[in-house]
Amino acid sequence: MSKVRVLVGTRKGAFVLTADGKRQKWEVSGPFFGGFELYHVKGSPIDPDRLYASQCSGWHGQLMQRSDDGGKTWTPMDNKFVYDGVPGTHQWYDGTQRPWEFKRVWHLEPSLTELDTIYAGVEDAAMFRSTDGGASWQELPGLRGHGSGPKWQPGAGGMCLHTIVQDPENASRMYVAISAAGAFRTTDAGQTWTPINKGLMSKYIPDPTAEVGHCVHRIAMHRSRPNVLFMQKHWDVMRTDNAGDSWERISGNLPTDFGFVIDVHAHEPETVYVVPIKSDGEHYPLDGKLRVYRSRTGGNEWEELTKGLPQSDCYVNVLREAMAIDSLDSCGVYFGTTGGQVYCSPDAGDSWSPIVRDLPAVLSVEVQTLP
Amino acid sequence: MIRVLLPAHLRNLAGTGNEVQLTLEGPATLRAVLDVLESTYPMLRGTIRDHVTQERRPFLRFFACSEDISHDSADAPLPEAVVSGKEPLLIIGAIAGGCR
Repeated sequence: MSKVRVLVGTRKGAFVLTADGKRQKWEVSGPFFGGFELYHVKGSPIDPDRLYASQCSGWHGQLMQRSDDGGKTWTPMDNKFVYDGVPGTHQWYDGTQRPWEFKRVWHLEPSLTELDTIYAGVEDAAMFRSTDGGASWQELPGLRGHGSGPKWQPGAGGMCLHTIVQDPENASRMYVAISAAGAFRTTDAGQTWTPINKGLMSKYIPDPTAEVGHCVHRIAMHRSRPNVLFMQKHWDVMRTDNAGDSWERISGNLPTDFGFVIDVHAHEPETVYVVPIKSDGEHYPLDGKLRVYRSRTGGNEWEELTKGLPQSDCYVNVLREAMAIDSLDSCGVYFGTTGGQVYCSPDAGDSWSPIVRDLPAVLSVEVQTLP
Repeated sequence: MIRVLLPAHLRNLAGTGNEVQLTLEGPATLRAVLDVLESTYPMLRGTIRDHVTQERRPFLRFFACSEDISHDSADAPLPEAVVSGKEPLLIIGAIAGGCR
């Protein structure tokens, strides 16, 4: 029988949650790297026992870890992230220019095609690549050197490259998202990049339709349709059908279209999930009700999913890395909260139950579907 | 032989006990100790001082013989009691943070 392994990064360590295909009885292991912030833990799609973790703290900075046995044991890997050439400057909160300075790794994206290749999205925003399984890292400087860098600025969480999406049909094409610069696309394996933000409208920046400067929170894609992307922006839920050349707003009947996570059903490319959050000044659910919204029409028409979720006095947040989808026949949906809960829906969102309730604040959730 | 006491997280990372013992060749300075420490335990690179600038990470301090030597030159001689192994060199994590 198939099983699932959920990889959870929290403010105080990593946890591995495992269950069989029913997803009812869970085994919890961890904390791994207790006391450290685990921004992201992710497995290789080629060898699911190959896991990578981004571990950091204010005391000791960035650490990188790798497991080759599904998370039972871990080995420290290279943690040296040095920008290529002269780092240049970006815009600071007060409008002045400030030099690029490495702070942490937000996102890890193991290659779909090469076991030892992995991409890392970092703060201050840049993309790094390792081709030796994490033993060394090199920047892909074409992104930061695109020319618009001086107009990029940090969002509230920092100026981070938090999303990397690979085209499963074309290894040279990838998408990234940066807060607050926007979305970018490469078609030459990361050598050069194009901003893809046409159609985004951000009232909180001087030019609401600027080429860059948008606070994109997350991008998701279904494997079968690499030209179709869904985006949770700071405000607004968006989609593109032409690989980012233009975007349209699909917020429709959502009660609020601020939020962080967005993901796509494993088997239904037009079924999309978001967790609306009240506002950018109030990072908790509207009316104290934790609700996932699902669209089966690729956006605009959304239904609220509440069965098993707290519907009163709930004031947690769901951060951008904290939703994942498994690929079992009955698609499982997972998300973690800043209150330390990780919820699972084994029936595509119809009903939910907590796997764990009392972890540290959850930063990231990934799931692996295992044979 | 120089004795170095590491903070708990770094002991876990390096897989050591409370104390590591290092043998130096040449003048016993803070820089020399950290060079040997990082050479012996490569996983500690970047966790005590910056990879590139070699500056001390802000939330760490160095103590020798009950004195804070964090702001001394990294090339200054260490106290004789540390060089002889009578006293350890302490690497201490600041009692700071707690906002998360």
